[in-house]
Amino acid sequence: MSAGHEARPAPVGGSLFNATTLVCGVLIAIMASVVVVRLFFGLASVTNLNDGYSWGIWVVGDVFIGSALACGGFSVALLVYIFNRGEYHPLVRPALLGSLFGYTLAGAAITFDLGRWWNFWHIFWPGYFNVNSVMFEVAACITLYILVMWIEFSPVFLEKLGLHDARRKLSKVLFIFIALGIVLPMMHQASLGTMLVVMGDQVSPLWQTPILPLIYLLSAIIMGYGVVLFESCVAASAYRRQIEVPLLNPLAHVLLGVMALYLVARFADLIIRGALPQAFRLNFVALSFWVENLSFVAPFFLIGTAEARRNPARLFLAGIAVMLSGILLRLNGFLIGFDTGPGWSYFPSVPELLVTLGIFAAEVYGYIYITRRFPVLPREDGEALPARG
Amino acid sequence: MANTSLLKLEGDPLITAASRRLDMPRRDFLQFCATLAATLGLPQGADAAVAEAVAGKKRPSVIWLHFQECTGCSESMLRAEHPTLERLILDVISLDYHETLFAAAGHQAEQARKTAMAANRGAYVLVVEGAIPTRDGGIYCKVGGQTAIELTRECAADAAAIIAIGSCASWGGMPSTDPNPTGSSGVAAVLGKPVVTIPGCPPNPYNFLSTVVHFLTFGSLPPVDDLGRPRFAYSRLIHENCERRAHFDAGRFAIEFGDEGHRRGYCLYKLGCKGPETYANCPTVLFGDAGAGTWPVGCGCPCIGCTEQGVGFAKPIHMLAKVRNIEPPQQYPRIVEDKGVGATLGSAALLAAVAGAAAGGAAMIARNLGLSHKAEEAERARLAREKEELRDGQ
Repeated sequence: MSAGHEARPAPVGGSLFNATTLVCGVLIAIMASVVVVRLFFGLASVTNLNDGYSWGIWVVGDVFIGSALACGGFSVALLVYIFNRGEYHPLVRPALLGSLFGYTLAGAAITFDLGRWWNFWHIFWPGYFNVNSVMFEVAACITLYILVMWIEFSPVFLEKLGLHDARRKLSKVLFIFIALGIVLPMMHQASLGTMLVVMGDQVSPLWQTPILPLIYLLSAIIMGYGVVLFESCVAASAYRRQIEVPLLNPLAHVLLGVMALYLVARFADLIIRGALPQAFRLNFVALSFWVENLSFVAPFFLIGTAEARRNPARLFLAGIAVMLSGILLRLNGFLIGFDTGPGWSYFPSVPELLVTLGIFAAEVYGYIYITRRFPVLPREDGEALPARG
Repeated sequence: MANTSLLKLEGDPLITAASRRLDMPRRDFLQFCATLAATLGLPQGADAAVAEAVAGKKRPSVIWLHFQECTGCSESMLRAEHPTLERLILDVISLDYHETLFAAAGHQAEQARKTAMAANRGAYVLVVEGAIPTRDGGIYCKVGGQTAIELTRECAADAAAIIAIGSCASWGGMPSTDPNPTGSSGVAAVLGKPVVTIPGCPPNPYNFLSTVVHFLTFGSLPPVDDLGRPRFAYSRLIHENCERRAHFDAGRFAIEFGDEGHRRGYCLYKLGCKGPETYANCPTVLFGDAGAGTWPVGCGCPCIGCTEQGVGFAKPIHMLAKVRNIEPPQQYPRIVEDKGVGATLGSAALLAAVAGAAAGGAAMIARNLGLSHKAEEAERARLAREKEELRDGQ
């Protein structure tokens, strides 16, 4: 499609059985069996969690990182509905789809990580509310956001089912949910940073700062745009479609702007707190810090010019760099730069990794299924090539 | 309460006379008074006041009524094995009317009660033992032609103090167990005003005696809780001072009577011990003056909660107590806590494989995207060139 030409979304079509979905299916099945063992025999039977590291790869990977990677929908909606840049509208549905799966599975993944998972409903029961807890704020906010997202995304299902009357009625009140869909992630993505603040000096000074909520919120928005770049390129490549370069090019420009803001806030904070010398020590934590921040800087070299942004390979690599930097920011804060005292250590066990892998496989499979069967991606002009992937 | 030093009372002729009267060494008598003062939780110096009061004051007249009960409360007070205590009780108080201890009978006994009440009008202590039936006008318990309700009201009218001894008199106790056919009630309910209660089945005699001595020494009854129980005896849960508490905290329980845990003296909570929800000083005061361990839990018998309304005679004996302070956890922490496992060959290899696959896939996609971009650029350049040539040709 071309810019300025508003294409209606349409299902991609094609078979649901191929190498990719098969691999996803196997990974999901492995995850399911590990989860069954975990639910019946406890966390210790499958994870390496301990009293020093009570949050492992499931919480950090599936929830903190998973939900931040799922900020595409929110980031694009912010651009389209708040900054009134309607030209990005074709990106909303695919981005929202990624968010939908990211968040729904993050919500499911947190259940596996609850010690007494059968009490999970307590968080929704007013008698059990602890309104002073940052964990409560995050849990309530994420749950609400998942609901809101399904409502935001429901026109896709209504169109598919031919319920045009319901679709029309819904579109009259949809603005409420779109507004909520922007406010809620801003709340809890910031609160996810607050969760690290309350960990106190167990967290390395490189990642422990009172402005963590701002850092996490900005990086979530950045990751949202990064994911849209990544997703568009992968979808185009896998489905052999045209890449929406005319849309991604200016989007990438916006991304660079937010990243510049982020980097200024991040390093100003490090310098003001006097924590920067920690980054010049010879250890793994310092190395991880530099990998994280070089990933944040890399896009400026990859897609710094409008000419470079026309190359989808560069957009794709920039998307990966942005995602990697956000992932490392969270991994570093919660696991790598997190020292709970002498003797304590954590590294995810094989079953733990398999579950995280299964969660991401489920997201990929869900994306393939929905885009092939429901109107999400913009309709291709001309003759569609046989889809792959 | 002039004297505040027990030592100064050593040579006091009153004390000497009292100890001779009680047939006990002078030192033992003073020790006993000090124990009473300590049981009551009185400040230092009060022991001397107690000794002086016991030795010198006119013994208070006591009217002791019996209703629906087993006389266990009186028995516990008068155990034959311990004559000293029995003597003390009869010496500290002037028991002017007690249906089971009286030699007199019939009209003679009733006359004695009326005489004592008239002589000590407004000064005697009324002790009620046993529950009071209230259904059908209280006809289920009569003494000398009067119902228990009438007797209680008559005797309470001019009493200086009223003490309900035992669980039956306190709230109805065992006779009030469902379905309670006679409508058994406690003294306070019948009189419609709070009285001092000494619940227990039977109650510890020291708790009664200390209450009476407090009245004797200070002219008033000791401070009580909202159920009328003296605070000095009933302010702590049995669980708090139980000698088996360490076993509870460590999660060592007797599960069946006679099992290994029971023989080793483990906590009786899981046998239905009501110590965690019963307020009484049993573990500290013990019973029978026979030394350590002589109280129900000490002997391996779960507490039945006899001092606690709604627990004793209400909850089944085997039923788990509702722990008032801390619930025992389902599991206990390990003594040595694992400090975590580092990277293993398997997990590191899996993570590396996933990272490698992701990097490889990304590289492939980037290459393809790059190639198609290059092709597109070439195509665009070709088109532009052709257009240029076309324009040049024109």
